[in-house]
Amino acid sequence: MSSVAREWREIPGRYNLVGTKCTNCGRIFFPARTFCPDCRRASIGKIEPYALARTGTVYSFSVIHEAPDCNNMQKPYAVAMVETDDGVMIEGQLVDVDLEKIEIGMPVRAVLRKLDADGKAGVIHYGYKFVPQ
Amino acid sequence: MEVGIVSYGAYVPRYRIKPEEIGRIWGVDGKSMGKGLMINQKSVPSPDEDVVTIATEAARYMMDRVPEVDPKDIGAIYIGSESHPYAVKPTSTIVAEAIGATPAMTAADMEFACKAGTAGIQACMGLVGAGMVRYGVAIGSDTSQGAPGDALEYSASAGGAAYLIGSENIIARINKTLSFTTDTPDFWRREGQPYPLHGGRFTGEPAYFRHITSAAKMMLDAMGTKPEDYKHAVFHQPNGKFPTRVAAMLGFTPEQIQYGLLTPEIGNTYSGAVPLGLANVLDHAEPGDRIFVTSYGSGAGSDAFDITVTDAIKDYKRDNAPVLERILENPVYVDYGTYAKFKGKIVMPE
Repeated sequence: MSSVAREWREIPGRYNLVGTKCTNCGRIFFPARTFCPDCRRASIGKIEPYALARTGTVYSFSVIHEAPDCNNMQKPYAVAMVETDDGVMIEGQLVDVDLEKIEIGMPVRAVLRKLDADGKAGVIHYGYKFVPQ
Repeated sequence: MEVGIVSYGAYVPRYRIKPEEIGRIWGVDGKSMGKGLMINQKSVPSPDEDVVTIATEAARYMMDRVPEVDPKDIGAIYIGSESHPYAVKPTSTIVAEAIGATPAMTAADMEFACKAGTAGIQACMGLVGAGMVRYGVAIGSDTSQGAPGDALEYSASAGGAAYLIGSENIIARINKTLSFTTDTPDFWRREGQPYPLHGGRFTGEPAYFRHITSAAKMMLDAMGTKPEDYKHAVFHQPNGKFPTRVAAMLGFTPEQIQYGLLTPEIGNTYSGAVPLGLANVLDHAEPGDRIFVTSYGSGAGSDAFDITVTDAIKDYKRDNAPVLERILENPVYVDYGTYAKFKGKIVMPE
């Protein structure tokens, strides 16, 4: 079973694509970082939460045939690198899509889906996946 | 204080199964079964969808249409369902977090068979009307279960709709709501049981028809109105047959229920059924349209609403989210094996 506390800490990012932004240089981080590797000391106290756009385009993708247990019911399925409208690259599963119709550049939108569950009695983990726009 | 609908959003999963495919497995003439129930197909949730994800999608569409509303001004979220993913742990807190409404708010899950969504609308009306909250969110969402081979398996489907209830910029004023409630055990599911049971024909006359007609007549009496005073009517729709018959019994025409009746194409979405029917009506509504709504939940009760669409619907940003007709486009049909897999009916190793 995964740590409930650790999963709970992930909620802002997983539900609402909340990362952070360095207000010193403008760089956006997802997942959230508390320190900007470019500005270093100058970024201290200048990192703020930043919600990414829920829309973007497929930068690249791959179809998965050997799935981990959590996705056994959905194979084969696609995962994609998505460039959000903010220009940030994030990775996620692409669902409700015909695999043969996925194209690089295809507009997609983040939705909330079940990612996994800790068995039949444990916590259910929700997070972002992408659907065609 | 005027209270009404400020915004709404709806969502139905993409997958469908037809009654003839279900009947093929159980040695039943599914086509006749579907014809008798007036169900052409029903929606099926994908394995990663549940009441939380359906409610969230509907709620996000609802918020997309009112970008001027700060989610932090939502003071209450109620989610009605008979298929909440947890027995203990609210669906409503997850959805509240996903639309950015937390933490200064109240939330609770509701259960009243198929009418828990409309019960949530009533609760929000009370809080808004009393000035306790600025906005309340009521959602009906279900991924309902029918036992394999049971008549319910031909209808039990998945979907939901969300309503932002408030007193400012309302696109549809709720003129009045009232309910008719008794202890009538027509359909139930005991704690820990995977499938509900029902009283067969007992779910008809003493249950669905008695409660809907009683609540509807109470509303017509209270408002001094007749069926012809309404442009649209929405009745609970466990199948296509019951709402068609109850509409005729009350004196409503097939034209009045055409937009509010979705079950023939998506099945019975339980707590989502009347909220989805009303969403489709609002997708087509114009200022001044009067809407008559009566839900039904087994166990049993009916909530009736008298609603008038306001001029504000002209400036409402409905196009910021897809209307139901678009959501229902391009369904993917699945066979019974895929349906059984998606619905978790196949026993898997732990």
